[in-house]
Amino acid sequence: MENAIAGADLIKMGALIGAGLSATGMGGAAIGVGHVVGNYLSGALRNPAAAGGQTATMFIGIAFAEALGIFSFLIALLLMYAQ
Amino acid sequence: MAADEIATGPKLKIEPMEQFVVSPIFGDGPVNWYTPTNVTLWLFIAIVSIVLLMVLTTRGRAIVPTRGQSIAEVIYSFVRGMIVDITGEGGLKYFPYIMTLFLVILFTNVLGLVPYSFTVTSQIAVTGLLAMAVFISVTVLGFVKNGTKFLKIFWITEAPLALRPILALIEVISYFVRPVSHSIRLAGNMMAGHAVIKVFAGFAAVLAAGTPLGIGLIAPVGAIMAVIGLEVLVVVIQAYVFTILTCVYLNDALHPGH
Repeated sequence: MENAIAGADLIKMGALIGAGLSATGMGGAAIGVGHVVGNYLSGALRNPAAAGGQTATMFIGIAFAEALGIFSFLIALLLMYAQ
Repeated sequence: MAADEIATGPKLKIEPMEQFVVSPIFGDGPVNWYTPTNVTLWLFIAIVSIVLLMVLTTRGRAIVPTRGQSIAEVIYSFVRGMIVDITGEGGLKYFPYIMTLFLVILFTNVLGLVPYSFTVTSQIAVTGLLAMAVFISVTVLGFVKNGTKFLKIFWITEAPLALRPILALIEVISYFVRPVSHSIRLAGNMMAGHAVIKVFAGFAAVLAAGTPLGIGLIAPVGAIMAVIGLEVLVVVIQAYVFTILTCVYLNDALHPGH
């Protein structure tokens, strides 16, 4: 009786491990966003006059990089709460 | 189990997703398409505040603007500048649509930060509808304006000829993923930030009961304040990002060659 693991518990365990694994995907998005902003800043400090015109492009880049991290976060949320 | 006997203190019970449940305002019957829910209520409050800000404050048309009028003028010229920057003067024809999108998303996002309120844009049904509306109207507009030349956005003439079919396949896939990423980005960001605040609030509840004089409350409450400060930034940026991506897609439809 002690070593009988209920199937529902096993599924819950697998889902939580999967949620943790998929949440690591957000780290990739963090690297991506940091890369975009860092490169924007290093360019902007070399040529501050041209920086203002590129702010919109930077935000578009951030948005594209961030969306992929949000996808993995969403998978984590679905695994944890939508069963 | 043994763990339950040891834990005599207050239980750590965190339900961060509870705040996103759509429920009817009157009673608790089933939710049909006509049922007034908390989504309806907060969307209505958002629209009333937009009307108050944009219509009532600018009614005087003062040369020296009042406080409310200058806020309305700043928002107006901000969106106008965004459209001119990205799509050129030709995009100004679609200014009302883009301004409406920006205002609705901005106001529902900001109202969602009020404690005990409901964030309408955290529902994928809402953001998905907005994104599909943008996707369908931009696609139809592209074909109406350019005919079959609109398909040139999938055929990249700068690339070597051998690569073009593969690139075209990738471009077609990324074109159809647009509404998905467009909607999930907004809903996901709203959901993530609010869920983080709720998790810290759960810590605060435990520490308030579990430490002498509730002194442990300081850490989570400070964290909540910091996260809310970040959230104010995020909600405005996400409204901006949604609108600016709409402008980018509109630009693809108006000038497919570039």
